[in-house]
Amino acid sequence: MSENPKLPVLSPSSNEPECGSRRSFIQAAGLTAVAAALTGCGNLSTEEFLQHNFRELSKDELKEIIARLEKEYAAKFGKKVTVGNTPPIPGVVFGYALDLSRCIGCRRCVYACVKENNQSRDPQIQWIRVLQMDKEEGVNIQHADPYYNPPEVPQEGHFYMPVQCHQCKNPPCVKVCPVKATWQEPDGITVVDYNWCIGCRYCMAACPYGARRFNWGEPHLPAEDLNPVTEYLGNRPRSKGVVEKCTFCIQRTRKGLYPACVEACPTGTRKFGNLLDPESEIRYVIENKRVFLFKEELNTQPKFFYFYGV
Amino acid sequence: MAARFWRTGGGRCGRLNRSPVVLAALSAVLLLAPGALRAQTPAPAEPKPAAGSTEAPGEIDPRQIQVPPPPFTEGIFPCTQCHDGKTVKVNTTRRKLTDMHDDIVLKHGPENRWCLDCHSAEHRDQLHLVDGTLIDFSRSFLLCGQCHGDKYRDWKVGVHGKRTGHWNGEKQYLLCVHCHNPHSPHFKPLKPLPPPVKPADIQAYEGGKP
Repeated sequence: MSENPKLPVLSPSSNEPECGSRRSFIQAAGLTAVAAALTGCGNLSTEEFLQHNFRELSKDELKEIIARLEKEYAAKFGKKVTVGNTPPIPGVVFGYALDLSRCIGCRRCVYACVKENNQSRDPQIQWIRVLQMDKEEGVNIQHADPYYNPPEVPQEGHFYMPVQCHQCKNPPCVKVCPVKATWQEPDGITVVDYNWCIGCRYCMAACPYGARRFNWGEPHLPAEDLNPVTEYLGNRPRSKGVVEKCTFCIQRTRKGLYPACVEACPTGTRKFGNLLDPESEIRYVIENKRVFLFKEELNTQPKFFYFYGV
Repeated sequence: MAARFWRTGGGRCGRLNRSPVVLAALSAVLLLAPGALRAQTPAPAEPKPAAGSTEAPGEIDPRQIQVPPPPFTEGIFPCTQCHDGKTVKVNTTRRKLTDMHDDIVLKHGPENRWCLDCHSAEHRDQLHLVDGTLIDFSRSFLLCGQCHGDKYRDWKVGVHGKRTGHWNGEKQYLLCVHCHNPHSPHFKPLKPLPPPVKPADIQAYEGGKP
């Protein structure tokens, strides 16, 4: 090409060598583009850059990726980190219920969640937000205060309403994702492929519950605080520029354990179980208690239910 | 039967042994640090419940639910360490306790409620229901359920109270007394953990360092 100043054009009379040079030109251009993209995207490895969407990966590819991630995390944190890929349990759709009559707003759940799910400590990321509400106003977001800090809770005249991902059956966040980096799993958990997310934050704008969080800065997580038992679609360490959210502790619940927030709550406000099991606690709550769905009118169909236990 | 355990004037008066090891227990169940929970080995229920008084069915183990031992104050159980009928004589007179257990403030229901309404005077290591049925401390939910039937019903199905462990298998459950001090059952206020940082105060650091 260098000896020919003209651009290569495809003519009916093109012979083999010309065709070959055109192909090599396109290949060279492609490699250059990859190289430019790699340098432009910071310190992404080639494997990471060329990685496909989680749902398109073959078993072998996923195995390789998980091995790579485990190696990366071990190097970064100086300890062994496992990245699981636990499949959903057939016949299970997770549901959550929260007793508004019993929550005292102590925020034990918030910090248990941060510890379990490896959120960035600085800049601070928390998946659960506890709202202090006026009893006189009822569930009125205009009277919600997430920054309350009295010496003791509960405060007279207030009730507390923790908000986290509602794992909607009709999730607006999934609809708006331009790259399909977030989707709903068969057990009803909406997950994010952190390696596929481009950080456009459309999902955050779409979520009516404010449940998604963005890593504006490089997440800072001290190695001693890292929970080394992680899940690819759950609590593995995230990087700057990706969105994350509550997964009902996918790394715990798919193994049969309760989510960390349920275990941490000192008042037993939080209930969790299989919506398809008529004997489950969650079904008892839905069938026997006064239950309401937050922003029900938006037709998001949450699998997170608030109820009054008394 | 019921009256045998409460409201009968025994008239016997006992000097309480104040030895630090032998902490007597008129009212044994107190909230305590979780560490002490497992340290307690519930003493064998001696003597056995009176003939004919079968314990009411527990109905809490539809799916292998484990309940930890009651949260006794350390060293206080078995109550018969002191209340053996010899060192401390039974005194069924309603009174304010001064020699022992004076740290217990009874703030539970009617003013005239007192120890032997729930604790058995004759079988000190047990509690008794209103009908006189003797129950172990590990089954105190039966006692609470006599008045708090709605809560008891919810507790049995896992809605009131806290379950931990596996949502689809083995669970641990807490007794009423793990969260509610039976002598003063109102749930105690807690200091909240710190509020979230306001968006304006969040700093994004390169490389996670300031």
